[in-house]
Amino acid sequence: MREILRWLARLSPIFVLLLVWEAVALAGLVKPFLLPAPHAVAGRVWHDLASGQFALNASLTLYRALVGFVLACVIGVPAGILIASERWVRWLAEPLISVGFPMPKIAFLPVFMLWFGVYDLSKIVMVCFAAIFAVVAAAEAGTRGVDKFMLWSARAMGASRADVFREVVLPAAMPQFLTGMQIALPVSLITAVAAEMLMGGAGLGGAMLAAGNYADSPGVFAGIVETSVVGLVAVAGMTALRRHLLRWHAEFNPRG
Amino acid sequence: MVRAAYTYFPLVLLALLWEVISRSGVISQDMLPPFSVVMRALWGLIQSGDLLSNGTASLTRAAIGFVLAVGVGALLGAGMALIPWVYRGIDPIVQIFYPLPKSALIPLVLVWFGLGDTSKTFLVFLGCLQPAILATYNGLRGVDVLLGWSARSLGATRFQVVREVMFPAALPQLLTGLRTALAFMFLLMVSSELVIATNGLGYLIGNFGDQGSYPEMFATILVVTALGFLADRGFLALSDHLLRWRP
Repeated sequence: MREILRWLARLSPIFVLLLVWEAVALAGLVKPFLLPAPHAVAGRVWHDLASGQFALNASLTLYRALVGFVLACVIGVPAGILIASERWVRWLAEPLISVGFPMPKIAFLPVFMLWFGVYDLSKIVMVCFAAIFAVVAAAEAGTRGVDKFMLWSARAMGASRADVFREVVLPAAMPQFLTGMQIALPVSLITAVAAEMLMGGAGLGGAMLAAGNYADSPGVFAGIVETSVVGLVAVAGMTALRRHLLRWHAEFNPRG
Repeated sequence: MVRAAYTYFPLVLLALLWEVISRSGVISQDMLPPFSVVMRALWGLIQSGDLLSNGTASLTRAAIGFVLAVGVGALLGAGMALIPWVYRGIDPIVQIFYPLPKSALIPLVLVWFGLGDTSKTFLVFLGCLQPAILATYNGLRGVDVLLGWSARSLGATRFQVVREVMFPAALPQLLTGLRTALAFMFLLMVSSELVIATNGLGYLIGNFGDQGSYPEMFATILVVTALGFLADRGFLALSDHLLRWRP
């Protein structure tokens, strides 16, 4: 009970914000077209939930975002490990990463539309391309950061290269791999929504674009709320996965 | 010079590979125009002035949004780090907006500000605001309290402590956060212009794509990539210069 009260107190600024917003809307200070009242937005979200519209759009967006994300991890982690362990691969890849990392990846969307059409594939490739740089960079840093003494000790005790990799490098670099994925997951969602918004069609981004084009403000706000909720759930899921995979790690066992 | 050439040689290889793949027809030239053709298109864009006018429009909006975000973000972040009630008031709001993709706000901003410069500048501002707030907050929070206390006991005023002790100590974190904000700046610059297409580099990319002028489209994408890279390198050089006092 105490916990719940403290939690509510922490969230109070959000309630205040909602109340002020509702009051402003009810008093008619702002045109509902520009700022629909929270209850109108909530009603719209409820309507989307009940009609199954939300489930349809959210599952499409999540499908594109997650497939792209998983591809980025499956390609990106081994690539990062390879870059960290082979000098010539690092020489080849380093400038590509330093150019690719700060680049606004969404600029490539028209290219992917040209190459892969306007359906799911181009969006998935777009998501993968946007997410992969964070995964590769973190995997490389994690692999390079593994304590040399651990590697030498394992080698000295007779472990083969494969053993060292599986038993020492992978677990030791795992926190960094997961950090890269934790950065990449929101990027994947953002990119999926942005790609949908640019290309139209179904999905949370497409629905928002359509609402915007029909000047349907509650629809736009409902889309923002729905997208945020999906983002929150995905980020929380990723945090839980980290906790599960690293349950042996000092990070989650402060007293050893 | 030789070092840089050695480091960036793989980019030359990539350009050569691109040329060969396209010329040999492994990937059709309609899908991937050869690098040399793209370069010629780039030269055409430079000569016609399209690149300059749209680039200036993009970068002006981006720079205004970025500077505003850093100013407001630094104020809010410093308030959160130094004043408890500001933290309690703002932190939950920053937290709920954290998972919200800023590009999801494009339709909303379009309704509010229309098609003009304001909406795109505002989107860049929103995108850079969060990293700026968090960088300032984390930077200032990470400062060792003993440093501040020592300065106070030596007779520094509160203002002097902030300017002479807290700010330099928070600078490394602040600069790291601003580098993230810089990447967001380019992202929102391009995506806002792709959606709210009136002018700018993002508009050029989308428009050339729709027209089927693919060499021009690739050329503009290369320009955006180069701008992002140069801005990032420039920012790193500036950070190193500002932090040259560090051991």
